[in-house]
Parts: sequence; C-alpha cells; structure tokens
Amino acid sequence: MRNLAHLLETRQVSSREIVKHYLGEIKQQEPDLNAFITVDDVGALAQADAADMRRSQGNPLSPWDGIPIAVKDNISTKGLKTTCASRFLSNYKPLFDASVVRSLRDAGMPILGKTNLDEFAMGSSTEYSAYGVARNPHDRTRVSGGSSGGSAAAVAAGEAPWSLGTDTGGSIRQPASFCGVVGLKPTYGWVSRYGVVALAPSLDQVGPMARTVEDAAILFSLLAGPDPKDATSADARNFEVPFWDDQFVKDLKIGVPEEFFGEGLHPDVEKAVRRSLRTLEGQGATLVPISLATNDYAIDTYLTLVTAEASSSLARYDGVRYGERVHAADSNTMFSKSRAAGFGPEVKRRIMLGTYVLSASHYEAYYEQAQRVRTLIKLDVLDAFKQVDVIITPTTPTTAFTIGAKRNPLEMYLSDLFTAMANLSGIPALSVPCGTDPKGLPIGLQIMGSHFREELLFKVGYVVERSAAR
Amino acid sequence: MTRYDTVIGLEIHVALLTQSKFLCSCRASFGAPPNSQCCPVCLGLPGTLPLINEKAVEYATKAGLALKCNINHYSRFDRKNYFYPDLPKAFQITQDAFPLCNDGYLEYYVDDQLVRTAITRIHLEEEAGKLIHSGESIVASEYSLVDYNRAGIPLIEIVTAPDIHQPKQARLFLEQLRLLMSYIGVSDTKMEEGSLRCDANISLKPSGSPVLGTKVEIKNLNSFRALEKALEYEEIRQSQVLDSGAKVRQESRTWDDRAGKTVSMRSKGDAPDYRIFPEPDLPPLNLDPVWVELIAASIPELPLERLNRLEGEYGLSRYEATFLVNYPDFGELFLELADSGLDCKTVVNFLMGDYARLAREKGHLDSERIAGLFQILDERLISQTQAKEVLDALFSSPQTAREIVKDKGMEVVGDPERLRPIVHQVLEANPQLVERFKLGETKLHGFFVGQVMRATQGKADPEAVNALLQEELVN
Repeated sequence: MRNLAHLLETRQVSSREIVKHYLGEIKQQEPDLNAFITVDDVGALAQADAADMRRSQGNPLSPWDGIPIAVKDNISTKGLKTTCASRFLSNYKPLFDASVVRSLRDAGMPILGKTNLDEFAMGSSTEYSAYGVARNPHDRTRVSGGSSGGSAAAVAAGEAPWSLGTDTGGSIRQPASFCGVVGLKPTYGWVSRYGVVALAPSLDQVGPMARTVEDAAILFSLLAGPDPKDATSADARNFEVPFWDDQFVKDLKIGVPEEFFGEGLHPDVEKAVRRSLRTLEGQGATLVPISLATNDYAIDTYLTLVTAEASSSLARYDGVRYGERVHAADSNTMFSKSRAAGFGPEVKRRIMLGTYVLSASHYEAYYEQAQRVRTLIKLDVLDAFKQVDVIITPTTPTTAFTIGAKRNPLEMYLSDLFTAMANLSGIPALSVPCGTDPKGLPIGLQIMGSHFREELLFKVGYVVERSAAR
Repeated sequence: MTRYDTVIGLEIHVALLTQSKFLCSCRASFGAPPNSQCCPVCLGLPGTLPLINEKAVEYATKAGLALKCNINHYSRFDRKNYFYPDLPKAFQITQDAFPLCNDGYLEYYVDDQLVRTAITRIHLEEEAGKLIHSGESIVASEYSLVDYNRAGIPLIEIVTAPDIHQPKQARLFLEQLRLLMSYIGVSDTKMEEGSLRCDANISLKPSGSPVLGTKVEIKNLNSFRALEKALEYEEIRQSQVLDSGAKVRQESRTWDDRAGKTVSMRSKGDAPDYRIFPEPDLPPLNLDPVWVELIAASIPELPLERLNRLEGEYGLSRYEATFLVNYPDFGELFLELADSGLDCKTVVNFLMGDYARLAREKGHLDSERIAGLFQILDERLISQTQAKEVLDALFSSPQTAREIVKDKGMEVVGDPERLRPIVHQVLEANPQLVERFKLGETKLHGFFVGQVMRATQGKADPEAVNALLQEELVN
C-alpha cells in the first residue's frame, strides 16, 4: 500500500485509474466470485475524482487519500444499501455512516462497495447469505469462510486492495485464513462499533483485512481510537504503525497451547503452523508450551452468549419498519409471520436458541453460567500472558471446505474452535497466512496478545509473513 | 369491609424533565409535531448505540435522595425484551437487578395522621413511542401510526412496598409524590400528558392475617380520582369474590373510567417473559460519592419540611400551611412577603382570598408590588374596600399600588384639618338634628358620618370622621 500511496503522491497514477482498475476486476470476477452484495461504481468514481482534485491542489486528506476499500455489508454507509445479507434489509439505506466508515472517508478512501457475509454475520461460510455464497478465489468450489467471506475473497481476488470485516467469534480471522489474507480482530473497545449492525454487542469488533501485515496495520491505524458515540469504546490512544524489524524476536516468549494442536486439527495445517513456529524459534524466540484448558468451553460459552445477545439485537426486525410486513389480524401474529418470512434458517435457529437461554426458567443455567465461564476463560488467558508475550495457534482446524460440505450446524459452529476465545476475553488476535496445503489452499496462523498489544501482533505477524514467503 | 385488610402497592412512572432524551441528544419536550424529535438512536436504527444522558442520572438521583433512598454507587442497565409496535428496538433499556436507588420512604398526611410508605426501589429506563390508533384501540383499528418523539424520554419507575391500606391513602401518597417531584424540579408530573403514570397492585387478606392475599394489578389509571375509584371498586370486587368462597385470580386489569369498573386484561399465565439480561452496549454506572453529595446539597426544602416550618415558625394553621405547600408558587410568595416583615396572618388571608382567584387567571404579581399594596393600606391611604379595586388594577397595569391610587384619585382623606371644614358644613346644615343628638339621640351619629362620606365621595377615613364628630358634637 505504501507503493500505491507513493504512486499517487508522485502523480504517476490517479485515484480514478486505481478505482477503475478495481471496478474492472469486480466486473470481471463477480459473476463467479460473488464477494460483493452492492458495487457502488458511481459513488466510488466520484470519491476518486474528489481525491484526485485534492491531490492536484496539494491537500490530500491522508497518505491513503484516493486508495479505495471494500466494506462488509453489516457496516452502515450513508445512502448506500446496507443489507446484512438479509432479506429484511434488502432496501435499507442508512441515514448515517458508521464511525469506522467516517474514518475511512476522513482519510479520503473511496468505497468500492459492500461485501457479502452470512446473514447478520451468523455463519462461517457465507452460505447463509440471502444473496448467495461468496466463493473462495483459490478454489471456486470452496467457501471463502465467514462471516466476512466477501471481504476476504475480494482482497484475495484483487477486487479490492483491502477491506473492513467484523469479528464476533472468528468472522475476520477464519475467512482471512481460508482466503490467504491478513485479518485482525482488535482488542474489544479499541475500534468503535457505532453503525455496525449488532450481532452480539459484547463480542463484536470491526477489523482490517488486507494482503500484507503492514497494510493491515496501516488500515488499523485509521480505525483505532476512542469514539464518544460508543459507550463501550476504550479510553485508549490511537494506534501507530510500528517500525518493522526482526531483532525483537530474540527476546520473544511464544506460548504454544497444546489444546489447539490436538484432535480435529488437520495435519497439513499443523505442519505449516509448526514450521512457522520453528522459524521464529530459529530467530531466537522461545517456545513455551502452555495450557489454555478453558478453551474446551469456549464454543459452548460463545454460542450461549452470542445467541442470547443476537435474539435481542435482532428483535427490532419485526415487520413494523423493516422487511416485508405480513399482514395479520393482530400485531403479535404480524410480528411472527413477518419474522418467519424475513429471516433465513441460521438466524432463526440462533434467535430461538437465544430466546431459550434467556427465558426465565433457563437464564441461570445457561446465560448466567456462560457469563461465569467467560470470566474464567478471560482469567485463563490473562494468566497465560503472565508467562508469554504472544500465543500462537492455527486460525482454523482445516483449510477452506467445499460449498455445501457442512450440512450440520454444529459442524459449522466448530469453525470458531480456535478463534472464539479471543472474543470472549476481549484480546486482539491476528491471522496471517503461513503456507498452503498440498491442494494449494491457504493456511492461517493466529497470533493472540494481551489487551492493546496489537503492535506486537503485527510485528510477529510480519516475521511469520516473511518466513512463509521464502 | 372490616373482614378484610386491604394491601396496596404502587408502581409509578415519572417522565424526567431533561432537555434531551435519555440515550441520545434529541429534544425531549412535549407537544412537538409527530416524529419531529427523533434520530437514528431513538429510532433504534441498525448499528446505533445508546449513550447515557448524565442529566437523567442526576434527576433520578435527586428523586432518590428526596425519597430518602440509598443511592447505589454501582448500578447497571438491562434489556427488557418484548414486541410492541411502539418499541423501536423491541427491547427497553431499563434497570433490573441493580437499580440506581432503593430502600427509601415518603411521609405524608392522611387526615391528621402522619404516615410513612416505604419505597422499595427507583430505577431509570427509557420511554416507548406513542401509538395513535385510527380506531378505538389497537385491535379495533384499521391502522395505527407511531410517533417516536416520546421514544427515549427518560423515566424513573418508583416502586412502593405494599404499605398502603386504603384507596384514599393511595391517592394522597400519589399527590404527595407528585408534589415532591415538582419541588425538586425533575418532572412536570402531568397525569393528563402521561408524564406521571401509576399502576396499582391490590390484594385483600383476612383482617389481621400476616399472609398476603393474591394481588391484582390495575393499569390505565389516568388521574388521581381514577386511582382512588379503581381501588375502591377493586376492594369491593375482591371482597365479594372472597365472600363467595372463591379465590381471586392473579391478573392484570384495566380501569374503564367511563364504566367505572376494572376489566380483566390478562392472567398471570399470559404474562410475557421479558428475557431480561445486562445491556451489553452500556457499561455499568459508577457514581462518584462526591457527585452524589453535590446533588444532595442541591435539593431544596421539601413539602413536608415546609409544612412543618409554616406551622411552627410562621404560626399558620394546618389548613393555611397545606394550601401554601400544595401551591408552591403561593408558598414562595408568602415566604417573601412574610420575611419582609409583614404580618403572616394578613398575608396568608390576602393570598388565599381575592388574590388567589385573580392570580390563577392572570398569573402572579411580584412580591414588591403586593408589598406596596400592603404599605398604602398600612398608611390608611385607602380603605379595605378600595384595596380590592387597587388589586384588580395591579393585575392589569404595570403601575405600583401607590401610582394607581394617585391616578384614580382614590386616596382616603384622613387629615383632620382637611375634614374639619366638611364636618362643620354638615353640622351647620342640620342644626335640628344636632340638637336632637345632644339631647341623647346618639344613633344620629351614623347619619352625620354618612353625610361626610357623601360629601367626600367616600374618600374620607371613617375613623378620622368619627373622631372629629365626637370632638365637635360633644364639646
């Protein structure tokens, strides 16, 4: 991205040319890839022209002024459809920009369009999108992952230089891993959630997706910082892109949790991750075997909380103001019929689970219990960071699976096996490509750090990225 | 009725009089055109997040302190989930397990007895939108419209212990509570505009029994009168049910004001499960004890304290003091006048008399202008009868009482040197009558006074005339 910025700065290329290039890629690949739900040709070109104008006047908004981006379709964009891949919001045009979109506009970045996802970000493959699956650029019979599958596929296929995703249990990292791009789930609270359509507010975070670690860091530096519109936003400083060097690896203690290398992990994935670990060791890092025993409970805890919060967050889609209203004699029947018609199967499943776990007679056994376990998981993770600087695991147990392969929802939920822990404990986690399997499918490595240690994650990720490229 | 003890508890919603709404910065005023005071947040548009209005927390804290509650330095917000067309997010942000205030009380008079009702808790929550039905009710309407101006206005819910034992007491409690809220300035408490709403729980138990009976909740109580009437109705209905050997059904009933009775809405089995859980979009409230101290220091004199002071320090009767407490504007005026050295009884009689009638029509006068009226009365510049005319004029002109009197030429003539020639004239014109008076016909005194008054067009000070006549006739 620094190259692109340099070309723009030295006027060797215009923003219009860059945007036209990506729109061309989109036009050519989309029929097959389906990474986008909405492409905003007109808007993106207009924004590019404005950027070029600023450049010509010597007043660029930022070094990245004129470099376009793709935005996941559950992040509000003023006047541009934001569907959440749901029929309920098929015509919904927000009246306002999400704070993160505001940040992109403030940096002068044209928005190419809105990327595909599982409906309301519930899923791990984009197969639950009301607008069809986003395919994997490396093998179009396979899924791109999810829920930010469209954002990952668009970047991997060269339809966009970078993109925004959201991550509630692994929704940035898993598709990043499947598509061979870099994705960060930031520390909870460091990026504003204002304007991000809620799945589970206590877990949701927006993060960058990019081709390189450096690009991801640059994009993150535009997103991170306090937002007075988000009461859960952390009172943290802004983020500055680090200076890249390898020397720090010498003193690095890397935790390797045995629980993440056990049953269910595909040998190809294990091999690639262990190779990267050996490289880091070779450069002087110390590998410390650790235990994160509470990860056994992460998926159950995650599902209990995510469904509970989702059942409430999505209650407003009731036919009064959103979706096709199914007329009925009384309002309760209208609500249930409209919701039955508007939501897809996974959303209904999670709303029903969430309604169940919050119901008076089960609240204590499920929701409250899950909150207790969440606290234990957080303590477990924080405890680990007393011994080590970062924790490295595979991002996903397998590489991208075939479209239609996971018919059983429980099987799908296991996609988050290695990623949900970071959301439950609020820590940052970065997925970086670390190799491919024999079929040529990308493999992702996950680096987790303590709260607000994104800089360290990027620096380790940078080393992993370079070793994988060799 | 003596076979049963009545047990009543109230749940009161008070809309807080903040400038902006509870969770966004929209204006919170009443009466604006429909949907002119809303934004993405109070409309609950996807992706929007709530932000707590500090003023709402301040007002709720103030209410809690005025009701002698504990103010919890840790409290938390929760989501109460239910579907209704007026509820933008399909959940209400409220406080369930950890309310802002608890364990307080309110003292008030029932007849001449000071009673105390315990306040169990006070919590903050947001108001829903308002449905405007095309027909009589939501069920009977072809369509209903939603006005979101009201959505997100801050409310406090005040819950009493089941401490109230008669319908009249419930009304007196609510009246006192309303007065308290207006004293501390947190709400305009207009039942007709819905800024004060009350639901009542009532149950009956055999006299003296420690075990509570089955309670019934009554909704739609839109006036103090409705509260009392509905509870009276329900007292009789439940006693008849119990007399017949049946059990009272636990249910919600609505008060039908026109029919004068309560009607069943839903039984306990139909009660919704609100699936309440902590609001993930809002961190808990952690109040700084110093801040709470500051709020406590800002609380003015409360109604009962003022009542005691008016009786004790100013020597007013219960009736007079109650009037001044119930109408705090009159109370303030009284205190200003009385504290300026005027006689308390004179002032209160004046305020409760003609002044009250005029002030209700035309608004209050400044205390200085009222004091001016008292001043010229004291100087005997005008008579009591004339004072009424001057008072009328004070309400319609910006002049002082003295200026009015001067302009209208109303000064009473009390100067003996000005009156003496007139008295002489009258006596000289009636020599026979003067003779008869001197022979003992003393009732003629009144006639002479009347003649002097006529000659001065009523401006003569009767007392001065008396004195002069006495002097002239006797000597």
